[in-house]
Amino acid sequence: MADTDSLRYDVLIIGAGPAGLACALTLKREKPELSVAVLEKAASLGAHSLSGAVIEPRFVDQLLPGWRDDPLDIQVPVTRDRFAYLGYEHSYRLPTPPQMHNAGNWIVSLGALVRRLGAAAEALGVEIFPGFSAVQPLWDGAGALAGVRVGDLGRTRDGAEGPNFSPGVEVRAGVTVLAEGCRGSLSKILIRHFGLDQGRSPQTYALGLKELWQLPPGRTVPGTVLHTVGWPLPSDLYGGGFVYHLDRDRLAVGFVVGLDYGDPDFSPFEVFQQFKHHPSLVGLFEGGEILSAGARSLIEGGYPALPTLEMPGGLLVGDAAGTLNVPKIKGVHMALGSGIQAAEHLARTGSPQGFDQCFRQSDMGRELWRVRNIRPGFRTGLWAGLANAAFETVTGGRAPWTLSNAHDWKSLRPRGAVKGKAPRCRPRTLPPPDRLAFVDQAALHHEENQPVHLRIADTTLCVSECRARFGNPCTRFCPAGVYEIVTDGSGPRLQVNAANCVHCKACDIKDPFEQITWVPPDGGSGPNYANL
Amino acid sequence: MNPIKILVAAKRVVDYSVRVRLKPDHSGVVTDGVKMSVNPFDEIALEEALRIRERGEVSEVVVATVGPHEAESQIRSLLAMGADRAIHIEASREIGPLEVAHVLHHLVREIEPGLVILGKQAIDDDCGQTGPMLAALWGRPQATFVSKLTLAGGRAQAVREVDHGLETVEIDLPAVITTDLRLNTPRFIKMPDIMKARQKPLEKRPFDGFGFTLPRLEVESYLPPPEREAGLRVESVSELVTRLHDRGVL
Repeated sequence: MADTDSLRYDVLIIGAGPAGLACALTLKREKPELSVAVLEKAASLGAHSLSGAVIEPRFVDQLLPGWRDDPLDIQVPVTRDRFAYLGYEHSYRLPTPPQMHNAGNWIVSLGALVRRLGAAAEALGVEIFPGFSAVQPLWDGAGALAGVRVGDLGRTRDGAEGPNFSPGVEVRAGVTVLAEGCRGSLSKILIRHFGLDQGRSPQTYALGLKELWQLPPGRTVPGTVLHTVGWPLPSDLYGGGFVYHLDRDRLAVGFVVGLDYGDPDFSPFEVFQQFKHHPSLVGLFEGGEILSAGARSLIEGGYPALPTLEMPGGLLVGDAAGTLNVPKIKGVHMALGSGIQAAEHLARTGSPQGFDQCFRQSDMGRELWRVRNIRPGFRTGLWAGLANAAFETVTGGRAPWTLSNAHDWKSLRPRGAVKGKAPRCRPRTLPPPDRLAFVDQAALHHEENQPVHLRIADTTLCVSECRARFGNPCTRFCPAGVYEIVTDGSGPRLQVNAANCVHCKACDIKDPFEQITWVPPDGGSGPNYANL
Repeated sequence: MNPIKILVAAKRVVDYSVRVRLKPDHSGVVTDGVKMSVNPFDEIALEEALRIRERGEVSEVVVATVGPHEAESQIRSLLAMGADRAIHIEASREIGPLEVAHVLHHLVREIEPGLVILGKQAIDDDCGQTGPMLAALWGRPQATFVSKLTLAGGRAQAVREVDHGLETVEIDLPAVITTDLRLNTPRFIKMPDIMKARQKPLEKRPFDGFGFTLPRLEVESYLPPPEREAGLRVESVSELVTRLHDRGVL
């Protein structure tokens, strides 16, 4: 098989994250005779994994017996839950919403968990290929998904074959499991191709930014989990901050903001940096050092937007499908659980058929159904959203209605059309001073001379209509400073700094003309997150 | 010329794209969750060995590393690149250049290669000593910082990158070569080759089994470089000159 340009497996999994690896591991346990391969675009396992992450441990216990006794690089039991509303000056403690109680949960690094899952899967004979991205679906004669084409390596900027050119192979499989994570590029193609989202609410997303800090000794209370709403977000915007106290004077801090915001001048990066400067928090960070930083998008559409999870020859699991539980602000347990369930289904039936129903009728499907109306409730603002969330929680999701989301790329309003006072800003003193310093902490690797992996259909639109109506929001929503408007001899033009890209996909989601398409760059490109 | 064997030595290091940070107690750099890779100069060394093999002058390319258990993933990637077999000397502590040179000398006597190729230095400690130390222990010629290598008639012609430009030397084989950046660009690893590499022989031996009692460097502390002081913006050339005078620069 190795002599041809085509490889063949019983099951091919796209993405070595929690969903993909849980699926691979479970498949090999249930049916050791199956050949299972996992493709991963990151250079090493966990290098593109970023999450809070406070996790429910039930599926980790199932997948990695004994993991509690052999700690991951970051693994701290939650000891204290705090939920606060921030004003400009003060912090007001609120009752912690029931879904956000974290007794028995653990703060971990998703990257470290992924490395552990990967090692366990490899020990069972799963073949994991880091540094290889899936770029194209392959079809069989009947039009079913039959595997993927792996991206070429060594093309030059203009698409020509460079001196080290290495063509991507075809990997064929009986079943292909899409576990690419949020806004997976191949999943996006397949959801459209098979119309898996027909009749569903539009999908909605958020953007999350995170930094891992090493603090001066004695400031942290390990196991403390703080979630905030309010400042520095305007009250009509969905989002909030988190601060997780780890062991060894380490601390994780981050901010998540709904990508359904309307003001094109809004900058998620700036809001995150402001958040750290709240009087109740800034003292934690002073004199500390950032160990790693990055950003990702989150899939928040929940049950109303959940596509059909099966297609001829393939399955969707985890964030690629959209199984995140928004009120819990947790996706890892659902990703692990859906991966396990997909594997059990495949081991039992040998086919993707019936998986959609199987998931929806499971505990996980019911968990998502009960909270389906909570995220859409925040479309009318923080306080109405909290009131709706309280109602939905008390009634356990038994309301006879299902609320809908809207497309994030349609939610931007023309510049100046968003009224209301923007929250006051504080002078910034903490690192990083700007987005370049921020992405510097992501340990990016990206061969500069490869084709630009952010495909823009019509760049004249950028300096005409987009500039006039929205003032080029891409230069603000991108947390990595990929997009810049530069002015040279021939006037303003869009410059794409593709090497800064941290693969968060915010541009693919939020661009108001829906004309940016994120495609995988050369395998192994992108961030090298250390324990995010 | 009869085909020769080539021994390539490689080290597992913190990847070059990582911003290294000191541990809070200054006992070393943080490696938790940090991306580790093959030292880039050693990849160039293997690439050169493979190109020589492709020209038909080589019977076998052996790659050796001295490093922790985890270095197996780096060794596997070198096998996937094309090395024929690998020897992993497992060590549970940091091993210095002199110790590595002794290990390599031991392997050289066992394998009897016509050429040993190593990186000119590892990008973690930047010592640049292992190659020259091996040449001295072995009592064979060496060419360091090589950016072009030609083999003919039992001799090697090597172009070296030196301070004042390029220097061409000719040495007898067997010899030690250390590679510079411009020697070649290593190939991409292909997926089918990763699978083939799983079948290639990988021999593991404990470092302690060599029983060396060699002098070792003890590191007392690592310190970050001093922070650069903030610059000063001057309004005019004359102010610049005055300031430089004040500081005694002019």
